[in-house]
Amino acid sequence: MSAFKPILTEHIHKKDCHTLSFYRSVGGYTALEKVLALDPDAVIEEVKASNLRGRGGAGFPTGVKWGFIPRGSEQPKYLINNADESEPGTFKDRLLMNKTPHQMLEGMIIASYAINCQKAFIYIRGEFYKEYEVLNQIVAEAYHENLLGKGILGSDYNLDVVIHRGAGAYICGEETGLIESLEGKRGWPRIKPPFPAIEGYLKCPTVVNNVETLCNLPHIFNHGPNWFRAIGSEKGPGPKLYCVSGCVNSPGVFEEPMGVPLKELIFEHAGGIRNGNELKGVFPGGSSSAILNAEEAMGVKMDFDSLEEIKSMLGSAGIIVMDDKVDMVQACLNIARFYAHESCGQCTPCREGTTWLVKILTRMVNGDGTERDIDMIYEITDNIGGLIDFSQGSFGKTICPFGEAVAWPVRSFVEKFEDEFRSYIPQLEPVA
Amino acid sequence: MSMNGTPKPPFTFDDKDRVSNILSQYPDKQSALLPLLHLAQSQEGYISSAVIDTVSEIVGCHPALVMDCVSFYTMLYSKPCGRHIIQVCQTLSCSLNGADALVDHVKDKCGIESGETTDDNCFTLMKVECLGSCGTAPVVQINEEYHEGLSQDEFDQLLESLQ
Ligand SMILES: Cc1cc2nc3c(=O)[nH]c(=O)nc-3n(C[C@H](O)[C@H](O)[C@H](O)COP(=O)(O)O)c2cc1C
Ligand code: SF4
Ligand code: FES
Repeated sequence: MSAFKPILTEHIHKKDCHTLSFYRSVGGYTALEKVLALDPDAVIEEVKASNLRGRGGAGFPTGVKWGFIPRGSEQPKYLINNADESEPGTFKDRLLMNKTPHQMLEGMIIASYAINCQKAFIYIRGEFYKEYEVLNQIVAEAYHENLLGKGILGSDYNLDVVIHRGAGAYICGEETGLIESLEGKRGWPRIKPPFPAIEGYLKCPTVVNNVETLCNLPHIFNHGPNWFRAIGSEKGPGPKLYCVSGCVNSPGVFEEPMGVPLKELIFEHAGGIRNGNELKGVFPGGSSSAILNAEEAMGVKMDFDSLEEIKSMLGSAGIIVMDDKVDMVQACLNIARFYAHESCGQCTPCREGTTWLVKILTRMVNGDGTERDIDMIYEITDNIGGLIDFSQGSFGKTICPFGEAVAWPVRSFVEKFEDEFRSYIPQLEPVA
Repeated sequence: MSMNGTPKPPFTFDDKDRVSNILSQYPDKQSALLPLLHLAQSQEGYISSAVIDTVSEIVGCHPALVMDCVSFYTMLYSKPCGRHIIQVCQTLSCSLNGADALVDHVKDKCGIESGETTDDNCFTLMKVECLGSCGTAPVVQINEEYHEGLSQDEFDQLLESLQ
């Protein structure tokens, strides 16, 4: 294993690590003091220079996103911390909220200051009740110590933080679905453009950032952008949390630099495949990424570019490992069912397509598949997911990138394990 | 009015301070919709039509828009549930770690199908999607609490402690 020393999760095994006094004892909120002495534009430049890219799935450069917020306009600006974590295979933000919530809050205050926001939201998934209580506690602590509220740490900067609970809908993790939901509506994603930076919450300029993205910020200001750029992959540097689950001996969240070999995560950190079985397939970036076969998984590095090169993605770094005992048709059905359940229903290709995928895969699993079913899966996935550039939002055939998030995994399952899918189609009886 | 013509009692929030506190946090009223529905559900156990009327009045939107949200979000219940809502995650990482058998076991133990409530109103069973705890699969959430890496025996003990 590499000699990398965790940065975001360095203290998570220590007693009371979630408290303000602990966080302060390990240098917490010193970055904020530095930031409050800077001009907001200089804060954005530092983050641009660090080349921090979003950890929520799309990998968009954080400083660039902040730079889109119009300067000088009278409208209020909003920051929303996306703590809706619901991508299958992903459980890192929950850990960060439980163990180092002040690290996240410090990141939020820094981000809010940079974009001149006076009211920031934490949109936390409704099921995370315990984490919600932790957040209530630490936000109260922060108000009490003048880290939030009026004139933060003696500056003239004011910020309020509101903790907002979701109510059970995967699509509210998508930033525009999230904004609609925060506005008290069902979480139907919006067509982009306009992007949230121009027209977000209540039509005001809004930045949505992931929990883990925000947690990186204090470290960037404590050690400088050059230090950050030197960690891991050049084009998307920094520390990264990887979640490993499925058929491994020791599942968990592991922090390594961007670009760590997937093989190392599975076979060293997660203790290898359970029961001495063989590796068969892996989702590298949550269930929305294209699945990798064993050979691809053994060779790939975990960063944005390396995974894009083999037509998958880093996504949320939710690594789901499948061994040779896993039936890939059943696994594909499990994922298709998830998407059919979670489609918001707004776009016809997505709503109807996901339902059809479940129907077809179910009849295959039940032994009632027909000759045309595999072609139909290809047709349907083509229909739902077009070409997309994740860093720019969706340019596909649906309003939001959920379409691709269904099409890619399902299609890749069939492409990479086609023999197994074919074996489910009953052979026609010979005529004579 | 309910179906048989008797007037239904209107819903009022017990904790008025909490309601005004929620409203004061948001720049507009409708943003307070989800927090108010959460609060109402913690008081009533579900979102009744009386709750919908009251909440729509408070936030100043049409009741149909509140109804729309109730049907969209899986954590908002439009009918009463048992005291303990057993939610078994069935998504891939849990499924690869015994969740399918666990669901069957829970059905057997409680004598109900997914979506049903036991006659004594003690348990409601729901199959749910990824709970964001895949590293400790299989995961069961009972009301607000997560139970992680649950074996069938551990589930039985848990069930007994709740009965
Ligand atoms: C279907 C879908 C679900 C998403 N779910 C989440 C989520 O649960 N958490 C998250 O941070 N980002 C999620 N995203 C990505 C967000 O839209 C957005 O890109 C991200 O929160 C931006 O933060 P970042 O730039 O810090 O990564 C999702 C995107 C899609 C298309
Ligand atoms: S792609 Fe699917 S989830 Fe996204 S807006 Fe369209 S219907 Fe909704
Ligand atoms: S798959 Fe069950 S918690 Fe994620």
